[in-house]
Amino acid sequence: MSTGNTRTVMQSADIARALTRISHEILESNKGADDLLLLGIPTRGVTLAERIGALLGDISGSAVPVGALDVTMYRDDLHRNPTRTPRPTQIPASGIDGKTVVLVDDVLFSGRSIRAALDALNDIGRPAAVRLAILVDRGHRELPIRPDFVGKNLPSARSERVNVHLTEVDGTEEVTIES
Amino acid sequence: MRHLLDTRTLTREDALLVLDVAEDMRDTQSREVKKLPTLRGKTIVNLFFEDSTRTRISFEAAAKRLSADVINFSAKGSSVSKGESLQDTAQTLQAMGADAVVIRHGASGAPQTLATSGWITAGVVNAGDGTHEHPTQALLDAFTIRKRRFGDDSRGRDLAGVRVAIVGDILHSRVARSNVWLLHTLGAEVTLVAPPTLIPQDVSAWPAKIVYDLDDAIAERPDAIMMLRIQLERMNAAYFPTEREYSRRWGLDAARLDALPPGSIVMHPGPMNRGLEISADAADSPRSTVLEQVANGVSVRMAVLYLVLAGERPGERDTNAEEHAP
Repeated sequence: MSTGNTRTVMQSADIARALTRISHEILESNKGADDLLLLGIPTRGVTLAERIGALLGDISGSAVPVGALDVTMYRDDLHRNPTRTPRPTQIPASGIDGKTVVLVDDVLFSGRSIRAALDALNDIGRPAAVRLAILVDRGHRELPIRPDFVGKNLPSARSERVNVHLTEVDGTEEVTIES
Repeated sequence: MRHLLDTRTLTREDALLVLDVAEDMRDTQSREVKKLPTLRGKTIVNLFFEDSTRTRISFEAAAKRLSADVINFSAKGSSVSKGESLQDTAQTLQAMGADAVVIRHGASGAPQTLATSGWITAGVVNAGDGTHEHPTQALLDAFTIRKRRFGDDSRGRDLAGVRVAIVGDILHSRVARSNVWLLHTLGAEVTLVAPPTLIPQDVSAWPAKIVYDLDDAIAERPDAIMMLRIQLERMNAAYFPTEREYSRRWGLDAARLDALPPGSIVMHPGPMNRGLEISADAADSPRSTVLEQVANGVSVRMAVLYLVLAGERPGERDTNAEEHAP
């Protein structure tokens, strides 16, 4: 599928700006940081959630709890792919009941990960509201799911591959598209 | 992982994968909703040719927590008692659409035969075969040792340097065999303690030390001591003079319990013969992990069923379903 043609669509500074804007948008729509809770979807969603959590703390002055929500066990495509290894789920001690949960992931594609995340949340508790923050929205949704906060809309062909690299996970910081 | 037949051929990577996935499964078991939708629509058959309560119930609980459908089959009162062969039984299950078969059989190697004969395409999980292996028991024992030692920091760790003494009827014990291989693979040092009559004839190829005296073994300060059940139903060949003598020399009584170093744990795969191989003091002490082992057994079996069943089957791969994730 890959012909080896890779170009960079976001660099380190672009990612930082996008996350700062997303943080302001979250605070604006939530009218402050009260009852906010960020849950990243492993692997890179967790890193992004931690960064957004730190930004929210800087901007609003009050700490926002950050956790991780693994969706592996809730996926609908488990038998179509090689076995996936689940990652730890970490829910902040305050729980999610009555909170505004912001799910954070790196790329939004078919929407199936998010559907799995909503199912996983259902088993953990009942949030007051669930929002979705995404670094890159590449289109091609297969489910009626729409992000609330988007870093970059990236029109792509279905056959292309979008890669998000973050320093903490990959050692480099960029978003590339591979065709 | 296609099947789980033994721990002897299980690699360190696969063993750690099972243990780490079991950590995730364990986390979900403290939630309000314990059931995961992961194996919806899969059928798991518990094929038990030997009596078992806890292993079968543990596998059944694990399968149900993952939303799989469970069919329990026990040889008693089935067509096996009418003389049906393993092949015919297996092919019947195949025709009914079993995705995984959990088998316990009195003959060593029966799970291997089932997995390699080509009779069925289902994944096979060994739940104890003859005096060969009982891999999920060893995995849950390793999980329990790791959990007691490292707590919430267990993920990714092996058991390097941990000293484990396994005491009792090594000769007939598939639990001991599975533990010897698995614990060795994970880096632990295993000592087997038993009367000479209850040690297999040639254990020179086993990665374990043999000691005949329990007090000597305790003096070496083990981190975990695993008491095996004396299987009274197999004690027909005078392996030891009397039960009282066995209990006196190889039973874990209060004095030996006190002699154990601080922090070491007492394990037993169950069911216990209180007063024979383990005293009530030891079984009920805070060192005892007997009930933790039962609880961890469900998590470990969930992990095994997930790893055997969740991956792609040959020829089913759908390349369009691949998402951005690695």
